[in-house]
Amino acid sequence: MKLKLKIWRQKDPHSRGKFVNYRLNDISADSSFLEMLDVLNEELISKGEEPVVYDHDCREGICGACGLYINGRPHGPDSLITVCQLHMRKFKNGDTIVIEPWRARAFPVIRDLMVDRDAFDKLIQEGGYVSVNTGSAPDANSIPVKKVYADLSMDAAACIGCGACVAACKNASAMLFVGAKVSHLTLLPQGKVESNERVRDMVAKMDELGFGNCTNTGACEAECPKGIKLTNIARLNREYYRATF
Amino acid sequence: MVKLQSRIPEGPLAEKWSNYKSNQNLVNPANKRKLDVIVIGTGLAGAAEAASMAEMGFKVKSFCYQDSSRRAHSIGAQGGINAAKNYQNDGDSIYRLFFDTVKGGDYRSREANVYRLAEVSNEIIDQCVAQGVPFAREYGGTLDNRSFGGALVSRTFYARGQTGQQLLLGAYQALSRQVKKGNVEMYPRMEMYNLVMVDGKARGIIARDVITGKLERFSAHAVVLASGGYGNVYFLSTMAMGANVSAIWQCYKKGALFGNPGFVQIHPTCIPVHGEYQSKLNLMSESLRNDGRIWVPKKREDAVRLQTGEIGGVDIPEEDRDYYLERRYPAFGNLVPRDVASRAAKERCDAGYGVNSTGLAVFLDFKDSINRLGKDVIEAKYGNLFQMYEKITDTNPYKVPMMIYPAIHYTMGGIWVDYELHTTIPGLFATGESNFSDHGANRLGASALMQGLADGYFVLPYTIQNYLADEINTPRFKTDIPEFETAEKEVKEQLDKLMEVKGIMSVDTLHKKLGKIMWEHVGMGRNKEGLQKAIEEIEKLKEEFWFNVNIPGEVNDLNPELQKASRMADFLELGALMAKDALHREESCGGHFREEFQTGEGEALRNDKDFTYVAAWEYKGDDKEPVLHKEPLKFEYIEVKQRDYK
Repeated sequence: MKLKLKIWRQKDPHSRGKFVNYRLNDISADSSFLEMLDVLNEELISKGEEPVVYDHDCREGICGACGLYINGRPHGPDSLITVCQLHMRKFKNGDTIVIEPWRARAFPVIRDLMVDRDAFDKLIQEGGYVSVNTGSAPDANSIPVKKVYADLSMDAAACIGCGACVAACKNASAMLFVGAKVSHLTLLPQGKVESNERVRDMVAKMDELGFGNCTNTGACEAECPKGIKLTNIARLNREYYRATF
Repeated sequence: MVKLQSRIPEGPLAEKWSNYKSNQNLVNPANKRKLDVIVIGTGLAGAAEAASMAEMGFKVKSFCYQDSSRRAHSIGAQGGINAAKNYQNDGDSIYRLFFDTVKGGDYRSREANVYRLAEVSNEIIDQCVAQGVPFAREYGGTLDNRSFGGALVSRTFYARGQTGQQLLLGAYQALSRQVKKGNVEMYPRMEMYNLVMVDGKARGIIARDVITGKLERFSAHAVVLASGGYGNVYFLSTMAMGANVSAIWQCYKKGALFGNPGFVQIHPTCIPVHGEYQSKLNLMSESLRNDGRIWVPKKREDAVRLQTGEIGGVDIPEEDRDYYLERRYPAFGNLVPRDVASRAAKERCDAGYGVNSTGLAVFLDFKDSINRLGKDVIEAKYGNLFQMYEKITDTNPYKVPMMIYPAIHYTMGGIWVDYELHTTIPGLFATGESNFSDHGANRLGASALMQGLADGYFVLPYTIQNYLADEINTPRFKTDIPEFETAEKEVKEQLDKLMEVKGIMSVDTLHKKLGKIMWEHVGMGRNKEGLQKAIEEIEKLKEEFWFNVNIPGEVNDLNPELQKASRMADFLELGALMAKDALHREESCGGHFREEFQTGEGEALRNDKDFTYVAAWEYKGDDKEPVLHKEPLKFEYIEVKQRDYK
């Protein structure tokens, strides 16, 4: 298939970026979106130009490294997948595809389509864990966990930390990300113990790092590649009130 | 002259590890905070040991090439983690897990190491549950298990099809807690390029900041490798795109021996290759073999019609299907170990029974399970895997059988280590997939996660103290000494040399060529002639690379092509060593299948008399042949037999 690409190019965090147009003539519908970008980069390299920079690693939808805004949608025009799982059969011959980086104050652009998501690591460091040292654990079956809670916890823990929720949100809020971590741990007896401190510290850090507030628009849920539900934000709010008042 | 000492503790097998721990040297709490440890990689092994050592009080510097430590490729593991809990009351025990692992590895691993692995496997599950890993549970609230290849018991713990992700997040969160406490300094997007040795001991590294391109120096009292496997030497594999051999390769070139480089695992259930532009292969979890049945047509003419696309799998009646694993291995059926399942698929496809347009695919069929258990049950167990398959192939596996083919998945080989996970360089340790230690010639499913976390949580944080106890009088030192100067210069020269080639071929083009040579000659079926050819072709490709590679951009800048080229330079050298190792081992064992050495039924034929040893290779210089050292393997607790899964 033939494609026109409009790709955001930006030298570094301080330079002004702009869209640059490219054309590709022979892309297989069975190739993945990132393989299409590989083809573009091969062409650029052979012409002595600098390839388009973007983050990617596992290419199987689990590491959370890739994240592109494609035609106005995080991870592109398919649901419940990451960019690396998007295939070109979702586009038509002759399409124009607009590719941008995540745009959020807390995720500054490093170059082209690559952004700095260090803020997510900082949020986890603020209490997104259970304080248990290696070697001090009781037998794994000593505390039974209701299957329904274990399953809900797993639903929330499926978050891959890609940042699509922040990118999709008009306020660049990280409530779905934090809500998912708070839910994952609070739903289990092991994580319940530190629930109050965790939720207070993570919410305070979220504000400090420049993420916006939540206005319950639901764009995060609609674009999450792992289907993390808004109910996790509700649980976060509930836990926060419980911890604060 | 290097002398290989495995340093296996005295005493009966079941008491070795506790004897070791009772008698080893420890570092007191006041001294721990004076000691620095560098850890390369943040996968299961790297994150777990960085967190555990920091909890003990050591100061840890943790490095990864990804933008966040949460993205290491352990995250891709789907199916599960083994442990000898015997929660299912099906007769499991530490000995049985040990036995299955040694047998599964085709009797090419060290008994004492494997026994320790089985012994700590139970503690891993306890630890992970305490961290909040949401393992699958029964309605009564207890943990659920499933079965995996090479075992007759259900000992695999899992978190849907994302077990690796959940275990890694557990370790990542433990690591994050220590970062917050100031016990770990995190260095993401920082790639190791050289090992620094002072007075014969590992004392630091040279790393390159991926964003700025700047080379930086880091010193420590010990360096721990946890940088994963080297499957990307084949270009196409189930590894992450960035996974590479460079960290361990630099250590090999500084004197650490490389164990069994030719032992590679080829996973039987991957989505088949679909085109030249393909960048990576996707795994379908081995757990699917619990409920999926593998088959090809019985009749050649049906296979031909499948290959031309005239008919689909559903059009072939039951009586014309050849469930070849169930036919050949009635006891284990579809759950034979990975090497056996992969070879059997290759055998059928080579005979012309492949089921897709390339003739390189077999069916993995869920029809019977869906009929027996219902679609809902199958969806609850494997929903995310089925969704992944559908997104990639655009076909619905609930309705038509999946197509699968073997692909490079894991490397059993790696840096040689003794019982303490200590390499032949004092102060340099290797853990997880980066070492050679526990899986012999073939790894069983759900055992990589077990080994990564065993090394990371429970083995290395102890054994490293036996070394560090003698280092308490070594003060922290600066990096402005000649050893660091020289090591940095070596890296700078290599990078400048790469930039100066200014050829016309991209790194990927050349890497794909290397991948083809490796897959064809050092892949699933190997023979003398092919391996010799591979060595020659790799040598030619190496010349071509250094004459013709084209790297745009600047050396002191964010430059993904330079990163790839630098890794590729190491892969070229590694590829040759792998071929040499495979050539010298004139037997078939586990994943290493030499076509000259097979039984009448096409099974791997070991030569225990001549090859019951670990091949550890010593680097002697770029223009010199590596030297082979042998660590003989003694089996005192297991009777060595022809593997039998019938």
